[in-house]
Amino acid sequence: MSDIRQTRKALVKRILEGAGEASTSERRAAFDNNGLAGPPGALADKVARYAYRVIDEDMTAAKESGFSEDQIFEIVVCAAVGQATRQNDAALAALQAATGKE
Amino acid sequence: MRLQILDSAHGFGTKALFALIRVVSRQPVLDVVKLVKYRPDFYGGPMSAVTQEAMRGPSTWSIGDREFMAAFIANTNQCEFCIKAHSAVAQRAYGDGKTVSAMLSDLDTAAIGEPLQATLLMLRKLTREHAVDADDMRAVLAAGASRQQIDDALAVCFSFNVIGRLADSFGFFVPCSDAFEAGAKYLLARGYL
Repeated sequence: MSDIRQTRKALVKRILEGAGEASTSERRAAFDNNGLAGPPGALADKVARYAYRVIDEDMTAAKESGFSEDQIFEIVVCAAVGQATRQNDAALAALQAATGKE
Repeated sequence: MRLQILDSAHGFGTKALFALIRVVSRQPVLDVVKLVKYRPDFYGGPMSAVTQEAMRGPSTWSIGDREFMAAFIANTNQCEFCIKAHSAVAQRAYGDGKTVSAMLSDLDTAAIGEPLQATLLMLRKLTREHAVDADDMRAVLAAGASRQQIDDALAVCFSFNVIGRLADSFGFFVPCSDAFEAGAKYLLARGYL
């Protein structure tokens, strides 16, 4: 049966701990949707909660705050993966509670 | 695309690949391809491994069912690009026996089995509310889905809650249906790697 646990773990490790243009603390804050200040933080929050509402001005504001396009790319990826990870963890915990199995 | 780097900052080899894709498919390169090929060591490589396992790894859900889950999750997230992309793949995978657009618009009357329908309802709640509880899972199990099937469906849900967010955030261009049909042929023949 398919099992994404290892590949998901590798993805998260890469985006949070590997080399990047944004600092590891900025990437972690975007992933957690907690603690990234200013327009980049507002963008990460939108990505996590309702990405369909992201508009050009959100990207422009993040750039004008001093973030490069590569830093924004990383922040957005971390925010998206972070939200999906929280959802996936919550659902797996609910499944375990329902079945009593790992 | 809202970031110029995702449109035009790829390396020479990748740009040559894009040119080849345009010639062979006679369609524009889809923005999702541009995304996964940009600095692929950061996102595209590791994410493609996740998606390949979720969508093409061993599962008792058919490829059509998993592609329909992807389209359904995209529909819940209001992601036009992913709805069209994965509806095209699901339709092609299912063949003529099912009409994916009708299934998406009315799940209650869709000609799908009870286990898939219950699983989709759980995925919709998870995607909308970001959480589900044990009772939600018990309902899916009672409908006939196995624990492993739920686990497999959650893997699809993870992938498309990432990809849909990126499509909307980066502002993927939504091309004509012919481009999605070309993409669907590729994804069925080659997968996500």
